[in-house]
Amino acid sequence: MRPRNVAIVTARELAAYFTTPLAYVFIVVFLALSGALTFYVGGFFERGEADLQAFFVFHPWLHLFFAPAIAMRLWAEERRTGTIELLMTLPLTSFEAVLGKFLAAWLFVGLALALTFPMWLTVAWLGTPDHGVILASYLGSWILAGAFLAVGATVSALTRNQVIAFVLGAAVGFLFMMSGVDLVLAPLRGLVSPDVLDLVASFSFLRHFTDITRGVVTLSDLVFFGAVIGVGLLLNTLVIELEKA
Amino acid sequence: MDGMVELDRLTRDFGPIRAVDGISFTVHRGEVVGFLGPNGAGKTTTMRMITGYLLPTAGTARVMGHDVVEEPIAVKRRLGYLPEGAPLYGDMTVEALLRFVAAVRGFAGAEKRRRVGAAVERAQLAEVLHQPVDTLSKGYKRRVGLAQAILHDPPVLILDEPTDGLDPNQKHEVRRLVREMAADKAIIVSTHILEEVDAVCTRAIVIARGRIVADAHPDELRARSPRHMALRVRLRGAPDGLADELRTLAVVREVETVASRDGTAELLVLPANGRDVAADVLGWLRARGVEVTEAFVERGRLDEVFRMLTQQETGHAAA
Repeated sequence: MRPRNVAIVTARELAAYFTTPLAYVFIVVFLALSGALTFYVGGFFERGEADLQAFFVFHPWLHLFFAPAIAMRLWAEERRTGTIELLMTLPLTSFEAVLGKFLAAWLFVGLALALTFPMWLTVAWLGTPDHGVILASYLGSWILAGAFLAVGATVSALTRNQVIAFVLGAAVGFLFMMSGVDLVLAPLRGLVSPDVLDLVASFSFLRHFTDITRGVVTLSDLVFFGAVIGVGLLLNTLVIELEKA
Repeated sequence: MDGMVELDRLTRDFGPIRAVDGISFTVHRGEVVGFLGPNGAGKTTTMRMITGYLLPTAGTARVMGHDVVEEPIAVKRRLGYLPEGAPLYGDMTVEALLRFVAAVRGFAGAEKRRRVGAAVERAQLAEVLHQPVDTLSKGYKRRVGLAQAILHDPPVLILDEPTDGLDPNQKHEVRRLVREMAADKAIIVSTHILEEVDAVCTRAIVIARGRIVADAHPDELRARSPRHMALRVRLRGAPDGLADELRTLAVVREVETVASRDGTAELLVLPANGRDVAADVLGWLRARGVEVTEAFVERGRLDEVFRMLTQQETGHAAA
């Protein structure tokens, strides 16, 4: 893999986000929604605590819908317009293209997250929050978004229809997120051994993310999300390679 | 180096359908190969295998000695490819798109600017350089597709229907561009426009149902036409039964009466052995005292040969 090629693909994809209104619509809606949820649903002021729990608690749900919306075009649009033939006949490996596209989407979400900084300023002005926990929560939110994006990008490579890519991406993401709760576990109980059940439960995005936002950043949580992203990118590459065969 | 592009029994299946069935040919430096065939004959699939977009089911393809399956990146570096329909990133400007392709091709800084500049000049894109590709006419889009294909001055060019949907002036320009680059490259151009073969190609490969049915110089192909070397004459005051008399000549295979009006008759004299019979026939007519107002030797028509070759093949397959 040549990092230069990855960077070139990432730069093109990032620019593509900003040449359409998508980027601006996304950022505005993301900021408005995350703010509204924090203050009206999360009860930021009523809590009377100098932390951003009321803000970060909604992030898994925001990412669940926003990440597939960002990832859906990555491959589906290339296939619909035929540009995938242009891209894949340039001297790039499939993995370089997959990683480049993923990084563009991930950086874009990172930008949207960074633009929520007034939240941090607000809580810092109102009280004395634990800045370490907030920073960890931001990183946790970003890496969680990365996991959703990796899933979304892979699903996007399976279809030329962006709507299908979005719905499937959100559905698969939802299963990952909820795998720790009874909604997913109950139907499996009795069908599989308790060990497998624990394994399924351990895939829960929600559980790993909650750990991080409590300020408990364990290596295993980071490794978990990193592994989900890694496996997602490899699957994505596999899908692109299989389309040649 | 022998061939710049070498195909050896290249085969591709899509499920139960065999789209390309054991195609072999070699293209050398300086050759412009017209890749002909009816729609669905396997032209695009073959080109996609040469460019590494599709993997062969069987057989091999090599570009400048590199196998498309073993060393796809080495192959892609040495290729310029215009895919069918010239797909391009519509939201990018022409300049941004060419700069992106140049960057992926490994150029940077001043060299990148020079390469993009040269391609823009060659494809005559200067006036639309800052326009998004989506706003361009079909002709311009095709030229942008060509510009990205020739940007790195590749030794091998694969162009899938480069003139499809263009107006006559634009077609002329694209052909001029291909001819200009022909000398030091190996170029494969797919088309179903037969005049194109005459205009740019040094060799024509005709495929039908995934198989090669002819591989020859365009003139040789034309020679297979039943009308090759046929003599078309317009006569004044021709007596009745002249055609029957002509048929008795040894050099004449068949005589067709094409048209008869305003006191003149038009005859088409097909030669018996494919050679030029103009001198013999015209001499004979003069001796008979028939006034010849027009005479024209036909070279044969490629579209006729094309139909003959490709329909024959279809008939076989159906039988």
